[in-house]
Amino acid sequence: MEKKWEEMSREERQEARFARWLAGEDLEFKSPEAKAKYERRITRVKDAIQLKKLPDRVPILPWATFMTPELGGANPKEAMYDIEKLNTAMMKFLNEFNPDYYGSAIIIVHGPALEKLDYKLYKWPGYNLPDKYVYQCIEAEYMKAEDYEHFIDDPTDFWLRSYLPRIIGALEPLKDLPRLYGTMELPSSWTLFFILGLPEVQEALKRLMEAGRLSHEWSEKIADFDKEAQEMGWVSFAGGFTKAPYDFFADTLRGTHEMMADLYRRPDLVLKAIERMTPLAFKMGLDGPEASGNPIVFMPLHKGADGWMSDEQFRTFYWPSLKKVIMDLIEEGCVPFLFAEGGYNSRLEYLNELPKGHCIWMFDQTDMAKAKKVVGDTTCIAGNVPISKIMTGTPDQIKGICRELIDTAGKGGGYIMAMGCAADEGKPDTVKAMIDFTKEYGVYK
Amino acid sequence: MAEELTKLLADLKEKEALDLTKKSLEEGKDPMEIMVAAREGMKIVGARFAEEVYFIPDLVFSGKILKGIAQLAEPFLKKDMENQGERVGKIVIGTVEGDIHDIGKDLVVFMLDISGYEVFDLGIDVPKQKFIDAIKETGCKVVGLSGFLTLAYDSMKETVDAIKEAGLRDQIKVMIGGGQIDEQIMDYTGADAYGQDAMEAVELANQWYGV
Repeated sequence: MEKKWEEMSREERQEARFARWLAGEDLEFKSPEAKAKYERRITRVKDAIQLKKLPDRVPILPWATFMTPELGGANPKEAMYDIEKLNTAMMKFLNEFNPDYYGSAIIIVHGPALEKLDYKLYKWPGYNLPDKYVYQCIEAEYMKAEDYEHFIDDPTDFWLRSYLPRIIGALEPLKDLPRLYGTMELPSSWTLFFILGLPEVQEALKRLMEAGRLSHEWSEKIADFDKEAQEMGWVSFAGGFTKAPYDFFADTLRGTHEMMADLYRRPDLVLKAIERMTPLAFKMGLDGPEASGNPIVFMPLHKGADGWMSDEQFRTFYWPSLKKVIMDLIEEGCVPFLFAEGGYNSRLEYLNELPKGHCIWMFDQTDMAKAKKVVGDTTCIAGNVPISKIMTGTPDQIKGICRELIDTAGKGGGYIMAMGCAADEGKPDTVKAMIDFTKEYGVYK
Repeated sequence: MAEELTKLLADLKEKEALDLTKKSLEEGKDPMEIMVAAREGMKIVGARFAEEVYFIPDLVFSGKILKGIAQLAEPFLKKDMENQGERVGKIVIGTVEGDIHDIGKDLVVFMLDISGYEVFDLGIDVPKQKFIDAIKETGCKVVGLSGFLTLAYDSMKETVDAIKEAGLRDQIKVMIGGGQIDEQIMDYTGADAYGQDAMEAVELANQWYGV
């Protein structure tokens, strides 16, 4: 009899999630070859992650934001505003470059919906940036120092009535909503119903509905594309998303500078807020694999990199909560896919606190030979092809870099060929060189 | 007082440093002396950062303490006194067109400032013409171009080209920096040098200004 989920070990759960991914539940493969390709690609990355069996070859992941559509012929503005162009470009990229995995365009998000919302957290092409530029976050103090108590007290209430009204212009009137708890009784429900009827709140809800409609239409077309691409044998790489609890605050709540000052001014509140965020970050990460059937949870890491804090600060404010999110995801059989932007040379030893064969650590500028040596027996590593060389180098130069990476980081398995970042742009000849060379030279014998 | 304030700032004791500043000003101490003491403290912060005793949060926080001290002292300072001390040289700096990231640039501005340079910070998403105007207006010898995204490669190159076309290239040195900047990008953009962190920016400036 099959074991119940509660009785399974984390290894068994991981196997179960991989089996679900491999089965491709709703996919109707275009051909037996396409099905075989899809399965081979998932098995390849599974072997690289688990560190038990040597994969057939080094898996290839051109992880990207706007690079994929751009190399297929859609500039960033077109990608955000023209779904037909976006999907056509994505398919052209897959056909011409033929990688193992790709990142879904769902993260690009639909420009007209953002316009409808008067979205303020980012600038984007086609609205307040020129067409050729990628979207960029505007750092500010969206959460004030005095909001810590509110957040710790009730994160969702803070999010609904303080954060969203600040980052989304159309939702500004939501700041006047009452606390929702009055709805536990009919008589005390009146405040919510009354405020929902205010003209400005009604207008906010109308705009939210319209943005939702636009986004939904767009997202469905992306989902259709992802289904079709996978039915042809390519694999959409990540099934979920979350972040390190510290980065929630340091990136888009308090902002980099204010967060750094908080480490001195109010360390206890910072720790309390991080503690509050930790289970939420885990649950958010788990939602993706539960819905998508893909166990990989992407986690971009920012403010804990080399130089961005001392070792003591890393040990106090960054690592314990991040480790907890990672471990909870692992216990659920998921595969945290951590992208360590910048350098992680001084943090590598910490990774050995994690169990063997459950994560992917993608590195930007970390010394890969050192990484292999220090954490190679614990975790699959990825990345490190410099985007500077991709953008301005020659195919031969890229081949040299990939050869070195395969020889060192790829030795004995446990490595995924990828650039050192989620690429906004690329150059056709160098990207192709990275992919084609790895297919040839990265075969394990 | 001066020595104590220097030490408090160097040790990142915000409350104590601000209290001492307030007390000293109320007692009629020379506000210039306070600012000089604070600057001395910042120099120690810079040195500790260079020695990797301090990290980016320490640098950022010390900047906030300095700002607090300056705000307290400001009403007591006579006009033209704020720009105290001899400056080593002038540097124009900005994040290039299309890129709105400023964390790295701000760190470089900060380190150059406490190292004695007069820094003209043009901000983010700076069009090439604005760099040229600033070079002409300030007569600076050094320009710093910052960028975090790959799109900055072309913006940097275009800015260096525009400086060349304006006939200013021979009189200035260009340094570039940012998350994805290396020697190859230095060659690509035509810059004279690149730095991996704020300390390297100071070293380059010192080299070019002969400090």
